[in-house]
Amino acid sequence: MKRLVILGAGTAGMMVANKLRRRLPLREWQITVVDRDDVHLYQPGLLFVPFGVYRPAQLTRSRRRLLRSGIQFLTGEIERIDPVAKTVRLGDGTAVGYDYLVVATGTSPRPDQTPGMLGAEWRKSIFDFYSYEGSVALADALRDFTGGRLVVHIVDQPIKCPVAPLEFTFLAEAYFRSRGMRDQVEIVYATPLSGAFTKPIASARLGDMLDERKIAVEADFLVERIDSERKMLVSYDEREIEFDLLVTVPLNMGADFIARSGLGDELNYVPVDKHTFQSTAYPDIFVLGDAADLPISKAGSVAHFAAEIFTGNFCQYVEGHPMTGSFDGHANCFVESGDGKGLLIDFNYDTEPLPGSFPLPVVGPLGLLRENARNHWGKLAFRWIYWHVLLPGRRLPVPTHLSMTGKKQPDKEI
Amino acid sequence: MPVVTIGPAEVHVDAEGFLTQYGEWTEELAAQLAAQIGIELTDAHWKAISFLRADYPQRGETATLRRVSTLAGIPIKQLFVLFPGKPAKKMAYVAGLPKPRGCV
Ligand SMILES: Cc1cc2nc3c(=O)[nH]c(=O)nc-3n(C[C@H](O)[C@H](O)[C@H](O)COP(=O)(O)OP(=O)(O)OC[C@H]3O[C@@H](n4cnc5c(N)ncnc54)[C@H](O)[C@@H]3O)c2cc1C
Repeated sequence: MKRLVILGAGTAGMMVANKLRRRLPLREWQITVVDRDDVHLYQPGLLFVPFGVYRPAQLTRSRRRLLRSGIQFLTGEIERIDPVAKTVRLGDGTAVGYDYLVVATGTSPRPDQTPGMLGAEWRKSIFDFYSYEGSVALADALRDFTGGRLVVHIVDQPIKCPVAPLEFTFLAEAYFRSRGMRDQVEIVYATPLSGAFTKPIASARLGDMLDERKIAVEADFLVERIDSERKMLVSYDEREIEFDLLVTVPLNMGADFIARSGLGDELNYVPVDKHTFQSTAYPDIFVLGDAADLPISKAGSVAHFAAEIFTGNFCQYVEGHPMTGSFDGHANCFVESGDGKGLLIDFNYDTEPLPGSFPLPVVGPLGLLRENARNHWGKLAFRWIYWHVLLPGRRLPVPTHLSMTGKKQPDKEI
Repeated sequence: MPVVTIGPAEVHVDAEGFLTQYGEWTEELAAQLAAQIGIELTDAHWKAISFLRADYPQRGETATLRRVSTLAGIPIKQLFVLFPGKPAKKMAYVAGLPKPRGCV
C-alpha cells in the first residue's frame, strides 16, 4: 500500500483529498487526512457575520462527513514533520508515516505578533474578523457602536483574501448609512501598501470607491505597536492613528510546526515551485493552498484552481512520469462593495485584474472591476457552491487558467 | 527598458529607476544610487544591502522588510531609520533589485 498523508482539512486539503480519492485506487492507496478538530469553517462567511447576514451556525460542517468514504480522518495537533524519516508527529505522540505528503495547513491571524494588540482593549475596542470568535464578537460591537472613529487596519501583507479588509470597509460604510448614523462615524483605512490594493489598475478603481464613500486612506502605514491605553496605532515611522473602534487584520502566518520542521520562510510559508506546488527541498512533499509561498493572493479560488492542476500532476508523478500541468496563478475573487453590490476581479501571475466582463455559462457575464448586483449574488451563491461543488472535489464551470475573453487592457497611462 | 548613466556606469533601469539587471550592480554604484535618494551608506546600511543581494538569487524576488529583519537580524524599526520613509523600496533601489512586489 502506498501512503498519502494530507495535513489540514481546510479548503485545499478537503478538495485535494476528495479529488484524489476518486483517482487513486483504494486497493493500492491509503489516504489519511489530519486536522486538529472536526469543524470545517467556511471562512468567506466571516466577512458577513459582523453585519448579521449569517448566523455562525451556517458556516460550519463536520470535516469527517465532508470527506468521501475510504479516506481515513485523524484529529490531532500536528507537531512536526520529519521529511527525512517521512513521518508526521502528532500532539499525542502518534507517528504517521507517509510516502507522499500534502501540506495544506493554511495561514492564520496572529494577534500575538503585534505588541499591545492582545492587551486590555482586545475584543473591547480592538477586533479582528479573520477568526470565528472575532467576527462573532465584532457583530455585537458594531451593533452597540454609537459613533466615533472606526479604523480598519492591516498589519502586513501577505494576508489571505487581501480584498476582505476593503470589503469590510465598504460594508461597514453601507451599514452605518443604513442605520442613519453615517455622519457620526469617521472611517479610516490604514494599510501597509501604498494604495488601496496591490495591483495598479484595481488599486486605482478601489481607491476611487473609498474616496466616493469619504473613507480616508492612511497608506504606507506599518504598525509597530498598539497603545491600548491611548487607543492609538503607532507605526514604525512614528505616525499615530487614534481609534474608537479598531478592526484589524493581524499578521498572518503559516503554522508554527512548519518552522519547527525547518520547512518554512520567515512567515512559516513553505517554498515551492510556483507551477507545480512541489517543495523545493523535498520532492515528495507538495504544498497546496495558503501554506505555500506562491506569489499570488491567498484565496480559496486559488486553492481550487491549484487543486485541479495538482491532482492531474500527482497521478503522473507517482507513476514516475513528468508532471505536465502548470499553474498560472489564476485567482478569481468577488469583492463586496455594499448596498447589495459587488465587483469581480480575475487575475494571475502575469496579468493584473482588468476591467471588462467575465463570461459565465448560464448565469451570464459578470462585471469585472465594475459594481453590480449580479456580482453580489455571485458572492452569496458561492457558499452553496463551496459546500456542494468545491469541497466534494467537483469541477466549477470556470476555466482553470486565466482567459483574456471579455477583459479590456486600458491604455498604459491611466 | 531605458539605459541611464549613473556615475561612470551605463545601466538598465525600469520606469521608476530600479535596476533591471542583477549583474549590472556594483558597490560603487550602490553608493551613487544611495546618494541620489539622500542616503550615505554606513556599515549598518551595508549589512541590509548585502543580505538583500545574497537573498535575491536564491528566492528570485526582493526580500520584504520582515524577511530582512528576521534573517539578517536588523529590527524593522532600524530599517526605517536607515532608509527613512519607504525602507523596502529604498533598500531595493540601492541594492539594484526590483521593487518589492506589493504582495499580491
Ligand atoms: C474573512 C475571510 C474572507 C475570505 N473570503 C474569501 C473569498 O471571498 N473568496 C476566496 O476565494 N477566499 C476567501 N478567503 C480565503 C480562504 O478562506 C482561504 O484562502 C482558504 O480557506 C485557504 O485554504 P487552505 O486549505 O490553504 O487553509 P484553511 O482552509 O485555513 O485550512 C487549514 C487547515 O489546517 C488546519 N491546521 C493548521 N495547523 C494545524 C496543526 N498544527 N495541527 C492540525 N491542524 C492544523 C486548520 O485547522 C485548518 O482546518 C477568506 C478568508 C477570510 C479569513
